[in-house]
Amino acid sequence: MAQVFDPVKERGMNDRIKRLRKESMTTQPHIYMERAVLETEAYKMYEGTVSAPELRALVLKHFFTNKTIEIGPDELIVGEKGDGPQSAPTFPELCCHTLQDMHNMNDRKIVNFTVTEEDLKIQEEMIIPFWEKRSMRKKILDSMTDEWKQAYAAGIFTEFMEQRGPGHTVGSSKAYEKGYLDYKADIQAALDKLDYLNDPEAIDKRNQLNAMSICCDAIMILGERYAKLAREMAEKETNEKRKAELLQIAANCEVVPAHKPQTFYQAVQAYWFTHLAVTTELNPWDAYSPGHFDQHLGPFYERDTAAGILTRDQALEIMECLWVKFNNQPAPPKVGITLKESSTYTDFANINTGGVTPEGEDGVNEVSYIILDCMDEMRLVQPNSNVQISRKNPQKFLKRACEIARQGWGQPAFYNTEAIIQELLNAGKTIEDARRGGCSGCVETGAFGNEAYILQGYFNLPKIFELTLFNGVDQMTGEQLGLQTGNAEDFETFEQLWDAFAKQVKHFVDIKVRGSNVIEGLFARYMPVPFLSILTNDCIARGKDYNAGGARYNVNYIQGVGIGTITDSLAAVKYNVFDNKKFTMKELLQAMKDNFVGHEAILNLVKNKTPKYGNDDDYADDLMKKVFYLYQEEVTGRPNMKGGTYRVDMLPTTCHVYFGSVMIASPNGRLANKPVSEGISPEKGADINGPTAVIKSCAKMDHLKTGGTLLNQKFTPEVLAGEAGLDHLADYVRSYFNMDGHHIQFNVVNKDLLIDAQNNPEEYRDLIVRVAGYSDYFRNLDRPLQDEIIERTEQNF
Amino acid sequence: METPLVFNIQKYSIHDGDGIRTSIFFKGCPLKCAWCHNPESQHYQVELMFYDSRCTGCGSCVSHCKKGAISIEGGKAVTNRALCNACGDCTDWCFQSAREVAGKTYTVDQLVKEAEKDRMFYENSGGGITLSGGEVMVQDMDYIEAVCKKLYDKGYSVDIDTCGYAPYENFKRILPYVDTFLYDIKAMQDEVHQKFIGTSNQLILENLIKLNEDGAKINIRIPVITGVNATEEFMIDVISFLKEHNISVKQVNLLPYHNTGMHKYKKLDRGYDEEALLGVPSAEQMEQFKALFVEHGYQNTKIGG
Repeated sequence: MAQVFDPVKERGMNDRIKRLRKESMTTQPHIYMERAVLETEAYKMYEGTVSAPELRALVLKHFFTNKTIEIGPDELIVGEKGDGPQSAPTFPELCCHTLQDMHNMNDRKIVNFTVTEEDLKIQEEMIIPFWEKRSMRKKILDSMTDEWKQAYAAGIFTEFMEQRGPGHTVGSSKAYEKGYLDYKADIQAALDKLDYLNDPEAIDKRNQLNAMSICCDAIMILGERYAKLAREMAEKETNEKRKAELLQIAANCEVVPAHKPQTFYQAVQAYWFTHLAVTTELNPWDAYSPGHFDQHLGPFYERDTAAGILTRDQALEIMECLWVKFNNQPAPPKVGITLKESSTYTDFANINTGGVTPEGEDGVNEVSYIILDCMDEMRLVQPNSNVQISRKNPQKFLKRACEIARQGWGQPAFYNTEAIIQELLNAGKTIEDARRGGCSGCVETGAFGNEAYILQGYFNLPKIFELTLFNGVDQMTGEQLGLQTGNAEDFETFEQLWDAFAKQVKHFVDIKVRGSNVIEGLFARYMPVPFLSILTNDCIARGKDYNAGGARYNVNYIQGVGIGTITDSLAAVKYNVFDNKKFTMKELLQAMKDNFVGHEAILNLVKNKTPKYGNDDDYADDLMKKVFYLYQEEVTGRPNMKGGTYRVDMLPTTCHVYFGSVMIASPNGRLANKPVSEGISPEKGADINGPTAVIKSCAKMDHLKTGGTLLNQKFTPEVLAGEAGLDHLADYVRSYFNMDGHHIQFNVVNKDLLIDAQNNPEEYRDLIVRVAGYSDYFRNLDRPLQDEIIERTEQNF
Repeated sequence: METPLVFNIQKYSIHDGDGIRTSIFFKGCPLKCAWCHNPESQHYQVELMFYDSRCTGCGSCVSHCKKGAISIEGGKAVTNRALCNACGDCTDWCFQSAREVAGKTYTVDQLVKEAEKDRMFYENSGGGITLSGGEVMVQDMDYIEAVCKKLYDKGYSVDIDTCGYAPYENFKRILPYVDTFLYDIKAMQDEVHQKFIGTSNQLILENLIKLNEDGAKINIRIPVITGVNATEEFMIDVISFLKEHNISVKQVNLLPYHNTGMHKYKKLDRGYDEEALLGVPSAEQMEQFKALFVEHGYQNTKIGG
């Protein structure tokens, strides 16, 4: 196949963008200590003298007042979380890294973060002594029960808040409708209305609102500092063109973030300031996202182009500058299990281009196409640029998105607007709020600007089935990890086995939810996020924090992993042991323990002669539905501690690799330690009936009862070639969405190329592949994940 | 009714008619095209397929063959075709998936149910179901008519991919239910047809004229093979024939020959006529042929399906 991945230096609409993009791509990721230092200073100044939310607000203000700032050459959009591209601040209040952690970050082979001697010295002398016992990670682990710890260590589930804050937050139109001076006034109005005579929470609300007000000051200080810096630089600048640009930057920063933006350019800068504040206030999981960026920017674009002060190319250039900014932000480094469950290293910013307006009309506008052009031109792993496809969107828009997708670097992914709306309605949102919603992170559904929808961790369904087959004993350790639900060899019917499995699932969901509720309480008490609360309805009106139930809607998601593996395992047992008596349970368990060595006849039957999920075969697909409903009903509706409920997602990020690594062989022939299936995709190599059968099977799951499902499809480039190939891809997407499929994404590469890339990583530095709900550089994936992607069925159109 | 054998159901079929389709391949064909890609499509019986390269010679199949038809020779399983009745018992015991049975029966309702599975794709893409082969028009026509009628009544587009070598009454029976006939033309000169295909082309050309007269929608499909018909003369012959008989053509598909079928012959322990010296036409040639059709008014001419 033709090499479609251009060299690093070649992309961008002009020399400025090419230079910025190259700098973003080639700068070595490094740890940035200034945030931790300034935060520690702030705590030493204020801790014990103010409330928790005010303390957090003062940290943000102290940081924005004192952090080193710069404006890089060529930049049109200004502001960095750290000291420049690829600079990763640490958040010791969440996770206080040991010196060993920092050495590991520096020394690890894949995506290492440079840690200097000076950084280590600061960590050792200042950060560790102060934060070691204060960090949320310490508080969380101290609060968990032994059974939680045992299940966590065994890989039954993971815990998102162990190293990052509650997140998955997406911006609404609020960043463009008002400036922070306006929000400060709104907050003051709420303060004035507090009822100290009757409201027992009035004092807490006062503290929270005060904190929000301080946060408004904090971001305005940052804006003023950039305006001042730009003016100073302009004075010294000898190049007239650059001088004018710097003066424009200064003018922009004198308007935003204090006031609402007046132009397209200012609107983009306003978003970026907001983004920086959310992601430096705390380290929310998956950062922060612009959401319906095209709809937010559309009116500015219309106005500016009509007034003759903006051309399409200028808008595109501003957009490409923003793309570089997104790509500049590495996620704060993770360690331990959290690194395994999600070995991502960039902040996820998810853009939902397309969809519908709050009134339910076609949401595509010219900015939608500018974003697609930008995505196509820039080819960066961040932002996670995706499209929402509504039946109301023009076919031209879908086809333009397909045209980019078939180039084979994994973006855009496709979300189904109608499914998202129904999912949100089903979860109790109003129709307008549902239409304003979309997906963030990988595929997670939320009501943008109105909801705290917090991912809690992944849940290992195939492992729980493994435990069930062995009466609750973990075959990796010999420990009694689950309930004693009986010897599988004694079960006379499949239903008996099923009942045992259902008991085990309930048992572990109980443990997981108990832990999550406690963690939620810890965040509400110790780690509020007053800045994010300004942006989330109805935190100001309620005087409550985002982390304490201030949002209009509050959902906790637990993400089910391995539906393909668990379905095929259930089918293998039901079909061969109970229905057709091809072998006994005893023989199967022995084969699993022996990793199928010496049991080739059984392996052949379970791998090649048993109905499997992904082939539009009801025998297997009915079992998928059964296990999906078991899990979905067990989780859905349980109360969380913020007045909302728990719901399920079906996605893995990279956790299917970790979950597979803690398992012996599965009944479906998956060998020990190999990854389990990812997302709702079939087990690798199980789908042999072509791409339509895959999505028919997947669509039998009731997506509308979830908060997102993830489906990966790999195609060879040849089958998508030409106008007909594009039409077929578009029809394929529409068909899946007609069946209520939530999300689909494509890897368009052939197996040989991937194998070659694995063997010659240096020759494929730019090869981007779709991993789960995101794309990544193939060279940056570790070997098992690379193998996994290579083995995913290559669908032949 | 004698239930025909199906040897493959291909979903997401995008080269056999409009849109996204499901192609159903019936087993058995009256022609013997020297270049046939699908040896498993030629005979009307169930057959055992053997993937030579996957076989490790482990011998597991040998002990599970009730007919004693399998032996290991030179590190590979060898099947005595005279003894093998294609029962398929050995396939369960082949751990390398080297053994497979070609040919399966479906009742009319079962086949319709299978064909309907991809309804959503047909409706979004303007696709449907294509009955192919082997040769569909020489199968039991009670069965084929019943399948076509049921699919038609349910609102699906049914295309028939045919070599044309069948009694015209067979065509007549299904005509009301068929969307488009994908009609193969391989050679215009009868002696060439006899040489490479083993039969006269007279019936094929007659049927095409009749189908057109009866108002059928027709796509002309030409497998282009160097050494057989990859010449401008042949293309002109086809065009002249179409013009002479006023045959109304929806689309012309020029299908460049490829020789990927070679390895399949081994699977059936069947020889391949290498002496025929068939060749792959060049991309330039294909473009020239396409231009020729376009020049003569067949604007909707495509290279490929």
